Amino acid sequence: MIPVLLIAIPLAGGLAGFFFKNSQSARGWSLFVSLLALVVSLWGLSVGAKSPLLNADVEWLPGLGSRFAVGLDGMGQILCLLTAVSFPVIFIATWRNEYRKGWNFYALMLLSQAGLMGVFLAMDALLFYFFWELALIPVYFLCSQWGGEKRIQATFKFFIYTFVGSLLMLIAIIWLYSHTPDHSFSIKSFYELRNHIGGGEQLWLFWLFFIAFAIKMPIWPLHTWQPDAYEQSPTATTMVLSGIMVKMGLFGVIRWLAPVLPVGTWAWGDTASALCIIGMIYASLVAIQQDDLKRLVAYSSIAHIGLMCLAIFATTASGMQGVMIQMFNHGINIIGLWIVIDLIERQMGTRKMSELGGLAQKAPALAILLVIVALANVALPLTNAFVGEFLLFSGVFSSKATQYNVVFTVVAGISIILSAVYTLNMIQRVFFGNTNALTEKAKDIKLNEKVVLAAIVVLIVVIGVYPKPMLSLTKDTVDMIITKMNYKL
Amino acid sequence: MNAIIISALWGIIMMFSGIVTSKGSALRNAAVLGLLLLLTGNYLDLIGYHFFPVDVHKMLFFDSFGLLANTIIFGATLIYVLLSGREIENIAARMPVAECFALIFFVLCGVSLVTTFNTLLMLFIGIEIISIPLYILTGSDKRNLKSNEAALKYFLMGSFSTGLMLLGIALLYGASATGTFSIDDLGVGKANLSALYISGLLLLLVAMGFKVSAAPFHFWTPDVYDGAPTVFTSFMATIVKAGIFIGFIRLFDETFSDSQARWQLFVAIITAVTLFIGNITAVFQQSVKRMLAYSSIAQAGFMLLALLSINGLAKEGILLYAAAYSLATIGIFAVLIKMKDYTFEGFNGLAKHHPVLAATCTIFLLSLAGIPLTAGFFAKYYMLAAVIETGHFLWLVIFAVLCAAVSVYYYFRVIQAMYFKDGDAQALELRPGFKGLLVVVAALILLLGVFPQVVLDRLHGLVYTW
Repeated sequence: MIPVLLIAIPLAGGLAGFFFKNSQSARGWSLFVSLLALVVSLWGLSVGAKSPLLNADVEWLPGLGSRFAVGLDGMGQILCLLTAVSFPVIFIATWRNEYRKGWNFYALMLLSQAGLMGVFLAMDALLFYFFWELALIPVYFLCSQWGGEKRIQATFKFFIYTFVGSLLMLIAIIWLYSHTPDHSFSIKSFYELRNHIGGGEQLWLFWLFFIAFAIKMPIWPLHTWQPDAYEQSPTATTMVLSGIMVKMGLFGVIRWLAPVLPVGTWAWGDTASALCIIGMIYASLVAIQQDDLKRLVAYSSIAHIGLMCLAIFATTASGMQGVMIQMFNHGINIIGLWIVIDLIERQMGTRKMSELGGLAQKAPALAILLVIVALANVALPLTNAFVGEFLLFSGVFSSKATQYNVVFTVVAGISIILSAVYTLNMIQRVFFGNTNALTEKAKDIKLNEKVVLAAIVVLIVVIGVYPKPMLSLTKDTVDMIITKMNYKL
Repeated sequence: MNAIIISALWGIIMMFSGIVTSKGSALRNAAVLGLLLLLTGNYLDLIGYHFFPVDVHKMLFFDSFGLLANTIIFGATLIYVLLSGREIENIAARMPVAECFALIFFVLCGVSLVTTFNTLLMLFIGIEIISIPLYILTGSDKRNLKSNEAALKYFLMGSFSTGLMLLGIALLYGASATGTFSIDDLGVGKANLSALYISGLLLLLVAMGFKVSAAPFHFWTPDVYDGAPTVFTSFMATIVKAGIFIGFIRLFDETFSDSQARWQLFVAIITAVTLFIGNITAVFQQSVKRMLAYSSIAQAGFMLLALLSINGLAKEGILLYAAAYSLATIGIFAVLIKMKDYTFEGFNGLAKHHPVLAATCTIFLLSLAGIPLTAGFFAKYYMLAAVIETGHFLWLVIFAVLCAAVSVYYYFRVIQAMYFKDGDAQALELRPGFKGLLVVVAALILLLGVFPQVVLDRLHGLVYTW
């Protein structure tokens, strides 16, 4: 019931949105719809893990062995909550942005929310694939229509990349399906598969899945679409892309790859981990060089996601817990950063750090809020990311699945230091120092922006101080996944 | 049987109706009526009412696979006539409309032979009945040199492939122990396949490959599709191609399934080459019409996957593919005919001036690209699943999806032009009925894409009981 509502509300709201012929009312409508989804998501949290309301299963394609099966487990709860929280935040934060034919913009945003919810809720492989693609299509139109100058090429690159990945994944899904004894796409049958397919097959199947997920996250060297896409998309869409959509990749690995192909995951774990840490160091170094704020955050995101992916392959309970909580944290933190960047860009008309400076004198409230978000980005204690990254690191360090755990931990640690370098450098160059002609006229933030940024800061601090409810929410999922991953032939 | 006789009769009626009236709308309505009759007749055949109890001496065999294929073909033709029938009047001043419709019905007659043949002779006759009217239709724009050239080229190449086909049939006849054309007996008991048999088979493969424009026998396709009047290109690229494909599958499934191991590699190579050439060449086209010609080659490559695997999934899938591909392509061609400029630039900014046209066109293109929610996704899904089920040729499956990713490039170029580029795309005058029908076709594609079960359930039962 609840999962169906989570998909249906944004879907219906989005379809209805196309019929508004007025941007203002469409904007109000989409905020209302997204708040409604948030309420449903909170309701889902409140009913308890055993409630029958959390699952739904209806006939869809009996001939193919696929059912419309959706359900909320701990991981689903966290990611749906992230999706449900993010959209109202995004709508409020970009409330003053004007879009040509805005009703289409808001409708497509809601449709992408429906797709994302579907990905996180699907308990059937074909359904998962369906939503995986559906989340992409609205974003394609959003970026190509309302993005920056080079939007068409950038979005197209992004689309082709992810489309290739998802088609490879489709092959793997069909292959696995044809090997299920009961010819079914259900997640249960897929989890049973490891008894039926040998290690040799898992070795190549792993890559069919992993390429799809690695493109989405993105993992080096498949990341090249990302900085361009982030830079060229309208900020609201960039928030969706970076805050939520990249989680699809991590989520995919945790739900559909690691437990289904434990041997393949174990065998390629070191290779994948190596790609992750190369990407982390590389992205951090590139981030230090950036002058454009959007590109800086884009590269920093690659580094953070790399760490989470690394922790998945470590196959430890604490690491996996870290991934769960960090998926949420990274989502809200990066959305916070984008909000600030959007504010700066709209006021100053530039994203170049070299042209900014001294904003703290003119916009003290913005500066305080940004500093907190930025500190969360470098995982300072008392912020949410500290909890997450601490767990991630302890998970990687104590990993038994790899013999290189110490190397991985140390190199990943270096990337965190680098992240402090570029984040603090950014704060310094944008907010402190002397004002120049451009920043002289800066004004402080308006109420709506203050509200969302304050909300994000509250979340950052609350989760940072008291992460227990979050951790206990995902504990069952984590234990289940780790048990399945530890399966050996 | 109903379909064959009704289509032949109605073709003759259409031909002579030109004496009574030359009014386009009356003739069009007559054609629509004929198609409805065909659909009904075919449906009655399917549920066991035969109007014409002719003894065909096992020359034809009316199973549900063939009859279902007929339904799809006739349904697609109906949509085609409703959407683009009006354009037939605009081809050339002196081309009699009645005869064009008559030729279309003759083609349908040939298609219904090809979908239900049971001996190689019937296949040959069916293919010829399809081809000859098509040569005429291709050249129907009599004053246009490109159209003439296309018709001549098509005729020469077509005759050549027909010759190959006959030779192949003759060889197979010679190779058979009892001297038979029947596809039931040809393949039986051929444990040690003679060289005669294999060469006959390969010749048939080449000839049929030519007809469905599989590479490397595709060279006629772009020129013929480009040169023919657009309204007939639409007909050839969809309905005719789908019909011949059904026959192709039928031939290899019934006749050659025992010797599958020997020809599979050939088909795999042809498929790979077709996919590669179709997709890569389509990328470089500047005209949407030519792009669609190459896209039809690329789509044929995907349909060849069904030929490669020849199993239950493949047969179900080819029907779905035929429906999905025909609907989407007919839709796009219907829009294309209305455009003043056939290049990609001609579509610039179409969304601003004709939102309905652009939106439906987008759905058609998404379906051709195989994006979920559209019929094209399940069509492609079936093709891939059919090959995966055989357990071999995984490289081909991976190659096919990479090609599908390439196809996104050229299909999305049209979407980009319509939505994201500025320009004022000129379309000819549009009737509300035309737009309404486009919306219906788009809705049909979405319906097949979300609940293919509606169709699949029937397919499943029918194909497996067969």
